[in-house]
Amino acid sequence: MRKRYASTALLAAAVAMSLGLSACGGGSEKSSGTGDAGNAASQGPQPEFNAALENVVNPSDKKGGTLKMAVSEAWDSIDPGDTYYAMSWNLLRIYSRTLVTYTLAPGGKARELVPDLAESLGEPSDDGKTWTYKLRTGLKFEDGTPITSKDVKYAVLRQLDKDTFVNGPTYFNDYLDLPKDFKSVYKTPDVNTDSAIETPDDQTIVFHLKKPFGAFDQFAALPSTVPVPKDKDTGIKYRQHPIASGPYMFEKVEEGKQYTLVRNPNWDPATDPVRKALPERYEIQLGVEANDLDNRIIAGDLHVDIAGTGVQSAALGTIMADPALKARADNPTSPRTWYISILDDNPPLDNVECRKAVIYAADRVGLQNAYGGELAGEIATGLMPPSIGGWQKLDLYPTGTGDVEKAKAALAACGQPDGFETTMTFRSDRPKEQAAAESMQQALAKVGIKLTLKGFPTSSYFSEYAGKPAYTKKNNVGLATHGWQADWNDGFGFLSQIVDSRTIRESGNYNLSIKSPEIDALIDQASAETDVAKREAIWGEIDRKVMENAYVLPAVWAKALTIRGQGLTNVYVTGAFDMYDFPALGVE
Amino acid sequence: MTFLELKDLRIHFPTDDGLVKSVDGLSFTLERGKTLGIVGESGSGKSVTSLGVLGLHKGGRAKISGEIWLDGEELVGASAEHVRKLRGKKMAMIFQDPLSAMHPYYTVGNQIIEAYRIHHDVSKKVARKHAIDMLARVGIPQPDRRVDSYPHEFSGGMRQRAMIAMALCCDPELLIADEPTTALDVTVQAQILDLMRDLQRDFNAALIIITHDLGVVAELSDDILVMYGGKCIEYGSAEDIFERPEHPYTWGLLGSMPRLDREPTERLLPIKGSPPSLINVPSGCAFHPRCPYAERTAGRSETEVPELLETAGGHRVRCHLPGERRRAIWEKEVMPNLEGTS
Amino acid sequence: MVTYIIRRLIAAVLMLVVVSIVTFSIFFVIPRLAGVTATDFANRYVGSKGATAETVAHLAEKLGFNDPLTVQYGRWVKGIVAGSEFDTGVSIEHCPAPCLGYSFITKTPVWPELLDRLPVTVSLALGASVIWLVAGVATGVLSALRRGSFFDRAAMGVALAGVSLPIFFTGMISLVYFSYKFGITVPGGTFVSFTESPVQWAYSLILPWITLAFLYAASYARLTRAGMLETMGEDYIRTARAKGLPESRVITKHGLRAALTPIVTIFGMDVGLLLGGAILTETTFSLPGVGRYAVQAISANDLPKIMGVVMLTACFVVVANLIVDLLYAVVDPRVRLG
Repeated sequence: MRKRYASTALLAAAVAMSLGLSACGGGSEKSSGTGDAGNAASQGPQPEFNAALENVVNPSDKKGGTLKMAVSEAWDSIDPGDTYYAMSWNLLRIYSRTLVTYTLAPGGKARELVPDLAESLGEPSDDGKTWTYKLRTGLKFEDGTPITSKDVKYAVLRQLDKDTFVNGPTYFNDYLDLPKDFKSVYKTPDVNTDSAIETPDDQTIVFHLKKPFGAFDQFAALPSTVPVPKDKDTGIKYRQHPIASGPYMFEKVEEGKQYTLVRNPNWDPATDPVRKALPERYEIQLGVEANDLDNRIIAGDLHVDIAGTGVQSAALGTIMADPALKARADNPTSPRTWYISILDDNPPLDNVECRKAVIYAADRVGLQNAYGGELAGEIATGLMPPSIGGWQKLDLYPTGTGDVEKAKAALAACGQPDGFETTMTFRSDRPKEQAAAESMQQALAKVGIKLTLKGFPTSSYFSEYAGKPAYTKKNNVGLATHGWQADWNDGFGFLSQIVDSRTIRESGNYNLSIKSPEIDALIDQASAETDVAKREAIWGEIDRKVMENAYVLPAVWAKALTIRGQGLTNVYVTGAFDMYDFPALGVE
Repeated sequence: MTFLELKDLRIHFPTDDGLVKSVDGLSFTLERGKTLGIVGESGSGKSVTSLGVLGLHKGGRAKISGEIWLDGEELVGASAEHVRKLRGKKMAMIFQDPLSAMHPYYTVGNQIIEAYRIHHDVSKKVARKHAIDMLARVGIPQPDRRVDSYPHEFSGGMRQRAMIAMALCCDPELLIADEPTTALDVTVQAQILDLMRDLQRDFNAALIIITHDLGVVAELSDDILVMYGGKCIEYGSAEDIFERPEHPYTWGLLGSMPRLDREPTERLLPIKGSPPSLINVPSGCAFHPRCPYAERTAGRSETEVPELLETAGGHRVRCHLPGERRRAIWEKEVMPNLEGTS
Repeated sequence: MVTYIIRRLIAAVLMLVVVSIVTFSIFFVIPRLAGVTATDFANRYVGSKGATAETVAHLAEKLGFNDPLTVQYGRWVKGIVAGSEFDTGVSIEHCPAPCLGYSFITKTPVWPELLDRLPVTVSLALGASVIWLVAGVATGVLSALRRGSFFDRAAMGVALAGVSLPIFFTGMISLVYFSYKFGITVPGGTFVSFTESPVQWAYSLILPWITLAFLYAASYARLTRAGMLETMGEDYIRTARAKGLPESRVITKHGLRAALTPIVTIFGMDVGLLLGGAILTETTFSLPGVGRYAVQAISANDLPKIMGVVMLTACFVVVANLIVDLLYAVVDPRVRLG
């Protein structure tokens, strides 16, 4: 999943100076003021560092107020059928509802799914290929028309049209048992699609899958199931005003500038046990300069950074240096891994020992520093981050500053005792990846592996370089920086798109290094398994296989330093997205 | 009462290198209807003198002392504002290069009108009429059309005529022309000089002509003042200066003067050496390093500053050589050289 | 004069054509020559992780990447001249001329978005330019007239700082202090349209104005100072004084008028360029103007938007150039247009 990144290093330096000047002045005064107010009002834990990781900070049921959010770079779309950003999936729960959703609770409990539009979680058939949901009664769109199972069916079918909605996930495309002659709801509106989704009545919706999928409730929690009224569907222009099914509806949509949301009068709290819907209004500013955004949250002018990827390095220094500010900060682990693919296409990296030599030789601490140090990431021992179900601690490789002896032994076993030459790609507009590449170059040089570094812009990195097999093979690319974030926090949501060799295409790939029939088979096995514990064990096994075969060098499991806005109530980090839980937030 | 009288005028400029004594104790008088020629090499202080009279010597850093009496008013001690009001009206100036001295962005008429309206509370229309009259008077053909032309659209001579028209538009009683013909062709020079003489007669103004060229003042001036190193070194009637010059420097000037009555192939007799530094003025007589007769003063010229002494009927000279000797040298050594070929 | 303007306008149109070809080449032709295929292009715009080869192929077709480059360019030009059509999925939408195309990413037509962003940029550019022109020229004139004084030294010192300090530094510092610490000015990202409330409009922009103007005022002060020093030494200034003009009039009518002529040229070009987007200022203050739009477009590789901004900027620069040239002939009569 794509994310926003720091702009220029210069900018950060400039702001570091400016914040350094003000750190002991206004910032601390204001925040200590809030601390007092918080003491008086809250029954929850005292605001302190990491307080929101496992607890609700400043709990309150007070309604009203304007919640001010901002983001430095806009996400793909607010159309629930056309979005693939974690922040967007988190946020859209304020204006729309899915069949099931994540629990509004801190930490790992959030990953438990609860019914939302549906009365209960999905009812699977014995073979795991048919899933049935019953909708609650009394559900209405913002214009007052009732929400029926047909609206959910239309929404799911609609977003299958990837020619129109290029952004969203394709899980339903891959699993629904669609008739052959069905192209899209626009091109073939008259084709009977009951073989994929049935709506026997207005409350019932039945999904039919091509192959078993045990964790289908995770699909039902995807924004793809947000109901869309057919007569209001304007195709690609629907994003200019998605019809609300949640407690808030769009008042103004100004692409690239701002969104404002107000209460949806047709949302009935009686039909929604999940949401509290506290604020009166949401104001979301888009394209706010990243450092300015941090400063405004610190100063109390904004409540939340929607991106949830943490503050810029300038603000990071300020926050950690000021106890009052630090007490407002959290450092959650993100379901994201920064890693380096080890491509086995070009010799000698086709030999597993040579790939292992790369991992042994790598300076793991140096890589952690390259990605921003301890606050920005924990040294990763596997591809899968700890917040994913089925995660197990792997201990296959040392995590120090590089083990020259083991690396040399591996090189000898590979038949390349003097080392070899290969090319490493990275995203040139990401200073952290550049630093990682340079760290690798230095560390690997110690064992005779000579790296040629090549940087490319993010916008064409996967489509033209590191994700294009023709390019990597021709240019002897052996290593490539990557980052990956879960679509949802389970093994399938994290791994399925980056370990499955069958997804590899002409270009635009996020995985070119893991190409193992053994792993492909395990994926199919895990997908079909409806028992959660067994399923998770298989995903853990896949992670182990990836590391045993040295297909990737995991650098860090990302962490973000986030700061809670002043006057924000019900603040906690949801384990579903590892960012503040937007539908739960209120303002004092 | 004399119309214009300078008494011991000194204009000094402090600079990083030292005090520049541009004008150092200058005195003279001038009556209405009379013309004074001030002659000297560049740097002799002649231009600074004229700017000093107008109150235009540069900025607040210049130190001015002495007295300037114009028509009964003392100007050195007068307020800047008072002097400004006199400028352009009571006293006006014609500058050397009319192309650079006129503003390139405004029409000639506009610039004359501006000068007129500063001192006369009249409508633009009246001022314009006056400007056209003035242009006609200085001999510019089709003045009603040329009034709307820009300076760059005029020929050099016409431009100088326009400049004169601008200077004369407020009927000044004192007119200072600083090298009025230097930038012009020889034939045009004569026309401009004729024009100035005619106009001076008509306006009955006092005229100061500043030049490095004795030829220019030869026919125009009643009196001539020769400056050297910020001081007057010889003063007298035109006749005195041309017929009975007494200072070796004046002799030099006469020798280097191109004259229409000489053969063009003839060599001029330049003065050897270069003008003195105004910061480190040579001791004694400022001219002594260049003076061919300095050794005849028994060393006095190197130590003593000579006084400006009257020799006869208003003719004054600043020279250590005794009067008889000077006359002897002039008659026996210098004059034959100058006239020998004529 | 009329033929001159007509000739210049024709040249301006040709200039825009050249700019469009160059821009198109940079973003479409050169990558293709470097081996980037139509599919690679399309892959930039499939946001999803699981996009199939079929989806990518469809998108390549839909965005026209499979056509010869000349056809793609021609289609783009045709859109500007005659408008174009766009498939929303549900219906075919007509995009009237001048249609700069639809964003590859947000699927919104570019031209209305540019028009929407333009008031911010115009407000920013015009407000700042007035401030920097007045402040810069006034400072320059005073400095020149009091050359060597304390004021002169202080002003030129500040000007040097102004020229050397980047806007994201001055902007960020001023936001931190004036907006967040003292609360005098509005926080970043605030813009109130002029039609809504002129007072709020000015208040919301005062900090960006001053920050941006500071940068330019600094160089204008230096330029004006140098120009005035030169002009005030001219013979025609002495003439003006000799005519008995009051000093104030000598400075303004005779000195400044001549010293300002080169500044008019630079001013025209600066404003023209700024109207195409004050990128750094808009970014620093999070203002939704054309410059910020350009940054967003470039970081997302959104070619229609990039082309749109470049063309808009080119138009402003060309027009500013024309105005400056015409103005120059008015200001300086020695310049003749033929």
